[in-house]
Amino acid sequence: MTDAVDAFVAGFIVLSAVVGVVTYVTLLERKFAARMQSRIGPYRVGPHGLLQPIADALKLLMKEDIVPRLADRVVYNLAPIVFLIPGMLIFATIPFAPGLGVADLNIGILFFLAVSAMEIVGLFMAGWGSNNKYALLSAMRAVNQIISYDLPFIFTALVPVLLAGSLRLSDIATAQAGLWFVFYPVIGQLAFAAFIITTLAAENRVPFDILEAESELVAGFRVEYSGMKFALIQLGEYAHMVGTSFLGALLFLGAWAGPGPAWLGPVWFLLKAMGVFLLVTWVRWSFVRIRVDQILAISWKLLLPLSLLLLMATALVVVLRSGPGV
Amino acid sequence: MGSVIAFWILAALVVGSAVGLVVRRNPIHGALFLVVNLGGVAALYLMMHAEFLAAAQVIVYAGAIAVLFVFAIMVLIPGKEETGPDPLRAQRWLAVPLGGFLALEIALVLRSTVFTTSRSPATVPGGVEAVGRLLFTDYLFPFEVTSFLLLAALIGVMALTKRKAS
Repeated sequence: MTDAVDAFVAGFIVLSAVVGVVTYVTLLERKFAARMQSRIGPYRVGPHGLLQPIADALKLLMKEDIVPRLADRVVYNLAPIVFLIPGMLIFATIPFAPGLGVADLNIGILFFLAVSAMEIVGLFMAGWGSNNKYALLSAMRAVNQIISYDLPFIFTALVPVLLAGSLRLSDIATAQAGLWFVFYPVIGQLAFAAFIITTLAAENRVPFDILEAESELVAGFRVEYSGMKFALIQLGEYAHMVGTSFLGALLFLGAWAGPGPAWLGPVWFLLKAMGVFLLVTWVRWSFVRIRVDQILAISWKLLLPLSLLLLMATALVVVLRSGPGV
Repeated sequence: MGSVIAFWILAALVVGSAVGLVVRRNPIHGALFLVVNLGGVAALYLMMHAEFLAAAQVIVYAGAIAVLFVFAIMVLIPGKEETGPDPLRAQRWLAVPLGGFLALEIALVLRSTVFTTSRSPATVPGGVEAVGRLLFTDYLFPFEVTSFLLLAALIGVMALTKRKAS
């Protein structure tokens, strides 16, 4: 029974921390974007705008909840929850320090990839259930994109798996004690670059944000949502983004490795994850949106063959280094 | 005790969503029930300590194939007002005897001794190492044949779609 209680408490702590981080990541992004454009960003609520996310959340809580008359009510109402669950669940296998995590599964990374791909179900339910043509077009584009980018995303995430020789996330982290995988000659840099590109696509961020292209689709699949349901969708999206940033920091940047005492590990990990997040945000505020057919062409004609080649090259390197007969 | 309760909840979920898939007239609702069903089966694999199989089930079936189904339904299947009444309506009655036959078959297989439960799930290797080793030793030939089959299907699809529309 104590196991169940432990698991419950651990899950509760991680979820609370995740919600807190995710809420403040929105402020981080707004501040960062503002600085990139020579603005100040949110400044009025609290010192340096530090209470802005809380004000946003309170505002969304008090807004009217609107359900379109012709919406598919059950699907429409379930969609934000179905969308949020994968975003929260991906944090279950991430070890935040040696032995500090909810569940260090032996298939950790597969669990992460499987759960994070399920986000599309909630997204599709939102787009279809709204019974709005913009939302539906957005959902169709999202399905298109996820089919195209899931494979290269998985392949690039498998490169560190091959180098570490384990699917367990904590093993991958400890395997980088000597050399972070991003510094692994050639393979590391290529894989990290491919990972960032596919991450952008998997998170539907600019330049791959065709599914919420404001100029064409208003706000895409979430156009009909208001109030708390909108907040849940936003929370799910940013949770997914933060989770993938943590995965990137874990796979390529040595997770909790860093100078100082061991208890600083989680802090280093958080800083690295935020670094990955800011890298993605930087791209978002620097580039323009790519056309639908160009997005699909990039995936199928460039990223997929390249990531496959990279995976094979990595396998070759691993075999050559470990010697024959293994 | 806890795992028994979890099993019954999951079993009810899997059977219920399968029934929902068949009963719902709306094809999109059916596809969503299918996602629930495949996810429930993955959870059942997880309960049998076949973690790798569960993850593969979610990635391949619940993730990719169910999403493709949804996509195909949205793009290819027109509404009833466009197709008119079902031209194969008479064939629906065939479902009753065929379904009965299938149920009989499943019952016979379950009663036979092919699937014994002599080995408890925990002793059967379900980890990724065990699956990988088996795939590349004992089951190498079926594995390669399957991959060849998929490659053939892939090339076939490309040949069919590349054909010039005359």
